[in-house]
Amino acid sequence: MAGIGARIRRMDATVIVYLALIAVLAVSTVLVAIADRNIFSPGSIRDILTGTSVLGFVAIGQTLVILVGSLDLSVPYVVSLTSLVAAQTMAGSTGKILPGVILALAVAAAIGLANGLVVTGLKVHGFVATLGIGLIVKGYLDTNYKGTEGAVPRTFQVFGANGIGPVPLSAIVMLVLAATMAFVLARTRFGHHLFAVGGGPEVARLSGVRTRRPVLWAHVLCSVFAGIAGLLLASRLGVGSPTVGTQGGYDLLSIAAVVLGGTLLMGGRGSMWGTVAGVAIFAVLDNVMSVMQVNPFLKDVVRGAVIVIAVALYSRRTLTARRARFATTGRRRTERPMAASGTGAAR
Amino acid sequence: MTDATAAPPVLTVTDVRKEFFGVEVLHGVSLDLAPGRVHGLVGENGAGKSTLMKIIAGVYQRDGGEIRLDGSSVDFTHPVEANRAGIATVFQEFNLLPDRTVAQNVFLGREPTRNGLIDTTAMRQAAAGLLDDLGVSTISPDSRVGSLTIAEQQIVEIVKALSIDARVISMDEPTAALADHEVAILYDVVGRLKQRGTAILYVSHRLKEIFDLCDTITVLKDGALVSSDAVADLDEPTLGRRMVGRPIDAYFPAPEPGTEIGDTVLSVRDGGNAWLDGIDIDLRAGEVVGVSGLQGAGRTELAEAIFGSQPFTRGTVRLSGRAVGIRSPRQAIRHNIALVTEDRKRTGLALRQSLLDNMLLAIRSVFPGRTRSVRAEIPGVATSLELVSRSLGQEALELSGGNQQKVVLAKWLATNPRIVLLDEPTRGIDVGAKVAVYRLIRALARDGVAILLTSSELPEVIGMADRIVVMRDGRIAGELPAGTAEADVLALATGAEPARRPAAVVGQEG
Repeated sequence: MAGIGARIRRMDATVIVYLALIAVLAVSTVLVAIADRNIFSPGSIRDILTGTSVLGFVAIGQTLVILVGSLDLSVPYVVSLTSLVAAQTMAGSTGKILPGVILALAVAAAIGLANGLVVTGLKVHGFVATLGIGLIVKGYLDTNYKGTEGAVPRTFQVFGANGIGPVPLSAIVMLVLAATMAFVLARTRFGHHLFAVGGGPEVARLSGVRTRRPVLWAHVLCSVFAGIAGLLLASRLGVGSPTVGTQGGYDLLSIAAVVLGGTLLMGGRGSMWGTVAGVAIFAVLDNVMSVMQVNPFLKDVVRGAVIVIAVALYSRRTLTARRARFATTGRRRTERPMAASGTGAAR
Repeated sequence: MTDATAAPPVLTVTDVRKEFFGVEVLHGVSLDLAPGRVHGLVGENGAGKSTLMKIIAGVYQRDGGEIRLDGSSVDFTHPVEANRAGIATVFQEFNLLPDRTVAQNVFLGREPTRNGLIDTTAMRQAAAGLLDDLGVSTISPDSRVGSLTIAEQQIVEIVKALSIDARVISMDEPTAALADHEVAILYDVVGRLKQRGTAILYVSHRLKEIFDLCDTITVLKDGALVSSDAVADLDEPTLGRRMVGRPIDAYFPAPEPGTEIGDTVLSVRDGGNAWLDGIDIDLRAGEVVGVSGLQGAGRTELAEAIFGSQPFTRGTVRLSGRAVGIRSPRQAIRHNIALVTEDRKRTGLALRQSLLDNMLLAIRSVFPGRTRSVRAEIPGVATSLELVSRSLGQEALELSGGNQQKVVLAKWLATNPRIVLLDEPTRGIDVGAKVAVYRLIRALARDGVAILLTSSELPEVIGMADRIVVMRDGRIAGELPAGTAEADVLALATGAEPARRPAAVVGQEG
């Protein structure tokens, strides 16, 4: 009774989420095998990885804002808007790919900047600030677009369609960017200050950290990552769509993936690789459920249950706990559990 | 010791004033800090010590007066400016991030970089070096701060101040959370800082430390300077009198007439959980049982086990002879047990709620039927505890430490407890409030309440308890009678004497 519970309590959240990913993969392998299919076939791997990339981009950004103690609910609208901006600017011409990408990401960055300024300048919590900015963007989308618009040239569709072997290009880009951000978190002042401001804004301030900068940059980066997701969707659809973001439900799903990855919703603790695993768990579950033709309602039930169970597991870990001195039998513990190390590239 | 007149002051505070919301809280305070000297700053809570420290640290901006560093006027608008000028502050509330490592905390905001990236190796080595300088080998620079004990976190705070190579270090009650043997480490640290020529501003409620460490002592009262004298010209009674403006005639009041030690109301046999083992303890009506021991010996855990917040998983608990299982604080409160926790801001008060709501919290949730009658008594209880507040509708956050503690006490008195567990009830509160807590303990004992008094201040345990239970490594190391010498308690607490685990708790020889 105490064995598993105590062991989980001492584990790093990122370790737990990867164990969970392995468990989910193992169960899925069996289930898919029962349906007479192979989850590790190239086609299946491609499907799963394709499923990770859009949500992956959004969740990478969401991880940054959550770590810094904020939230971003405007991401679905940024996704839709950037898909439109890119498709309209490109207008089917290969030569206009670069301006399209740059303009789309600039628009995303501007929205992120607005989010960040409202949060840092007007001291409005990220939840409300990004909800408001998101609604403004939504209003713009609803009044100016009736349906899909613009066209993406065939060359740009490579981003969404091609890959190396079974690994889609978009998934590679996503993983490279996740690795980059993990490195940024571990080895740059921006990264360290992101954790510090999220974990204790006043502590950070009194230590000489300029507390607004990490918040502002996290919001800008989050929107840019949502913009990349928008570009990817435009590349896959061939057009821009005003509803593609909201249909994907990227706001809540990305927050769920971040939390599933072991990042504390309050900020200050978490990891980029945890988020990647969280996204992967969702992708594997989705893939298995489509293979098994589970009805859509049950799909959401499973997703919801996974999130709740995961967070319940993390909260069992007593994080500021005193070290136990005696086992339940009263015998003295011989070893002092090592204090968990907080450094390392995984952050 | 160098001649006091030899070195010119490194930091001069002249006639500094500060007001909050139009109310002046500092009325022109002046003091000098000289290199290699420790300047003690004492006064009751609310006297303005913390405000003055925060002005020097750049957390608050002064509204008048002048601060000169090396002769030139400085005006810090941010703590980091003060840090860059060589002024470090160890605040009373830890400025540490529990989820980050020791090294990350020490160098927060000043991370060493190479080619634009944080040089994690250099950072860890520098932190390890500073810890070595202090002679601290138990803390790894890679440990998560949240996994450290309070005393270890305090050391990390000091390391953080040392890491900026400060010429002026102010410490706001650095020993408030430390056990007596850990204070020795701090003495050592202060000694080393003096040798390096650092000027130190030292705020403490513990007068013994002030006399042990300081060269000059400044007394503040109600935001005004009372006196500033060399330590040789002062003694404790004089200082105490200046702080409160009245003599502390009886620091530890004698038991009230009519106090009788009655029947055993609570008895634990062979109690244990993850932090405690083999606990045998009896609490009797009208008796004050002191609990002493080093930091981490299990004192807090003992109170929490009895109160059911970290319940015993082994052994038996009897209340007035009847075996009970107390698995939650709610059950404990139903059995008329109260626990005043050691961290009143985190576990004692709902800081954003009104004083009245705080005082009624336990009653409303556990005995809702009694709310109306208790509510009528609250103003009287507040008066009898000498609670100083604007109104009972005020947020608990706004009160000073001593008054906050009185609110916590009022909350538990409202439940009409038979057993009161007090965990560090006088931590970080001023002398006047301390005496009020001591008088309350005596009054409760007279009324037949059983009291468990846990404290890291030995004089307090010795001065108040009828017998002293000494804990060591999660077990009861032994029991000593009232009036035991400090050295004997400490010997038992540190395991300096041979009897490691006495078979019988009662009748332990000192």
